[in-house]
Amino acid sequence: MSPDTLFSGVRIVADGVDLIGDLLVRDGRIADFGPALGRPDGAILVSEPDAVLCPGLVDMRAALGEPGYEYRETIASASQAAAAGGITTLAALPDTMPVIDDPALVRLLRARGEETGSLTILPYGAITRACKGEELAELGLLQEAGAIAFTDGGRAVGSARVMRLALSYARGFGAWIAQHPEDPSLANGGAATESLYSSRLGIPGIPAAAEAMLIARDIRLVRLTGGSVHFAHVSTAEALDLIRQAKNDGLSVTCDTAPPYFDLNETAIGEFRTYAKLSPPLRKDSDRVAVVAGLADGTIDAIASDHQPRDADDKRLPFAQAAPGGVGLATLLGVTLAHVHNGEIGLAAAIALLTARPAKRLGIDAGRIAKGAPADLCLFHPDRIWKVESGLLPGKAQNTPFDGRALEGVVLGTWKSGRRVFSRS
Amino acid sequence: MPSLLQRDAVFYRQKHLLAIEGLHPPEISHLLDLAESYVLLNRSGKTQRDLLRGRTLINLFFEDSTRTRTSFELAGKRLGADVINMSVSTSSVNKGETLLDTAATLNAMQCDLLVVRHGQSGAPNLLAKKVEASVINAGDGTHEHPTQALLDALTIKRRKGRIAGLTVAICGDVMHSRVARSNIHLLTTMGCQVHVVGPPTLMPAETSELGVTVFHDMKAGLAGADIVMMLRLQRERMTRGQVPSEREYFRFWGLDAEKLAYAKPDALVMHPGPMNRGVEIDSAVADDPVRSVIKEQVEMGVAVRMAVLDTLSRGEGRNEP
Repeated sequence: MSPDTLFSGVRIVADGVDLIGDLLVRDGRIADFGPALGRPDGAILVSEPDAVLCPGLVDMRAALGEPGYEYRETIASASQAAAAGGITTLAALPDTMPVIDDPALVRLLRARGEETGSLTILPYGAITRACKGEELAELGLLQEAGAIAFTDGGRAVGSARVMRLALSYARGFGAWIAQHPEDPSLANGGAATESLYSSRLGIPGIPAAAEAMLIARDIRLVRLTGGSVHFAHVSTAEALDLIRQAKNDGLSVTCDTAPPYFDLNETAIGEFRTYAKLSPPLRKDSDRVAVVAGLADGTIDAIASDHQPRDADDKRLPFAQAAPGGVGLATLLGVTLAHVHNGEIGLAAAIALLTARPAKRLGIDAGRIAKGAPADLCLFHPDRIWKVESGLLPGKAQNTPFDGRALEGVVLGTWKSGRRVFSRS
Repeated sequence: MPSLLQRDAVFYRQKHLLAIEGLHPPEISHLLDLAESYVLLNRSGKTQRDLLRGRTLINLFFEDSTRTRTSFELAGKRLGADVINMSVSTSSVNKGETLLDTAATLNAMQCDLLVVRHGQSGAPNLLAKKVEASVINAGDGTHEHPTQALLDALTIKRRKGRIAGLTVAICGDVMHSRVARSNIHLLTTMGCQVHVVGPPTLMPAETSELGVTVFHDMKAGLAGADIVMMLRLQRERMTRGQVPSEREYFRFWGLDAEKLAYAKPDALVMHPGPMNRGVEIDSAVADDPVRSVIKEQVEMGVAVRMAVLDTLSRGEGRNEP
């Protein structure tokens, strides 16, 4: 039996909790918390003045290199990066090689997560076989094997008919569909958001409307089928207006965004910087501002890392040929906190976007601080400064769009089921 | 006009020439003035073969080009450089590793000046980060073609006596044209009024934000123009549905005598070549000895490239990282 851990004199922040006091971990769960607890004999004392203790982050969208792309990232290296970023639960995208469209692969990923000891991996199952957008995968069997929900990862289900079937069929299992919202016929071949910026650089553009169009279509399909949809990495003002309206109409529609979409805009591309080539592309600043507003007013349900590991050969190419995607595990909390520091979102709301709200969408017991809750915890110093540097990030993949960005907010330690799995040296 | 021997008078302080965008008017003026002196030198039959003696110029062409490659080759040879042409067939270059492998090879060869043409926007920028040579962009994807804009400007300047204050209409497939982008930047920087004219499906997003006026109608777009600059229309635009047919394109955006009459009576006709006669330009206009300066553009091309090679070989400056 592992010893107890007592966090002493920390600011405890979680959904419905914000106090300065102590928190006691026993047998992998939160035994108690409050203004002042006694220290049991033999308890490990963690005392960090001015630090914040929150639930371990729940990242509802991240790509792992396994299976198939181990040269980019392995589960072992991703779990190190996750622990360094305060993440204890991660929903993994299925567009790997092979695609997670077989129940055995779902079980494998679950088990590989358990082996890490630091990270719960919740595999998404593919909506369609091989993520090709044509025939439905075995959603029922995948769910039985432990698939948390269904998505085709970075590929949109382009056919309205297939999306209708998916929403409708998944509903029978109480399951939901996560969509990469981008109309393929408008977006294919594009490499940056369509704007003055892409015009100047001569990069084929993806219009912002490609996102809004697919979201508008899928909202109508939710009405038609009674299904449940989640829009991933929403990046435009127009899309958020549609989602806001759908929520007001009482439809089962949720969405997430990722730090690049509220912290960066298209100018991060600079002179053909491929590390800033993402999918969806970085947008105009007016869209970025709308994403911030969507975080503040609650339209956006979660902030996900949208982690997409790439290696140098994927990125050292002319812009249009380079693979899109950026790593995001180690910077998820820090970039979010930047928008707490500048007053755009409250700390408690930001933490909820990283913990309780994604946990609720995923339907899991995580992301909360309560007596008896799993002791998945993240301790961070909200003001301490560090600089994001490609090459020095934890994990294998280093393709960060935030290279050179100074951030306030350092993860000091991460606990998984009461056991310390990361410690800032 | 700086004399060829006035080596101190260098206003261009960059290591490479990757784009017109970002150049300051004195840098552009310097290159144009120097190029003009090379026009005179070339016409006099004299040579300047000691200037780049012992320097290696490599023409690295990932896309087929006769005109630009030959122009750079001639420019390099007239200045005494050792010129090597490397044509890399497009079939063997579908992976970018090849691009960076090529860069490593070039470094090993001690190349001083590297002229690059590539089908992907930004490829010369990528190479410039990896090679020690000065990189000259000879056309990258749909991004820029800086020496073409310089030779166009030199042609205009010699014919009209000035650049500032002129109205220039750039017509056709602006979206896919690196020539159009470089010219828009150069001409707006140097004080021209620029009209861009073409079908909306061939106009890049937010073009008017570049400081130009967008027209979809040749009559309105050519009104008051001192220069009518036609762009090449690639046939694949038809197959991809951006224009329905050649005959429809020619009817509305092809330059013939009737449409040229919308411009000023002394307006000049330019085309970067190679021309699609009967698609974007009518032969009668293209070959008009008074109005068309298309052949002169080719002559100016050699002089401009000599000026660029001369300037960069002096190694005065560094591009920002």
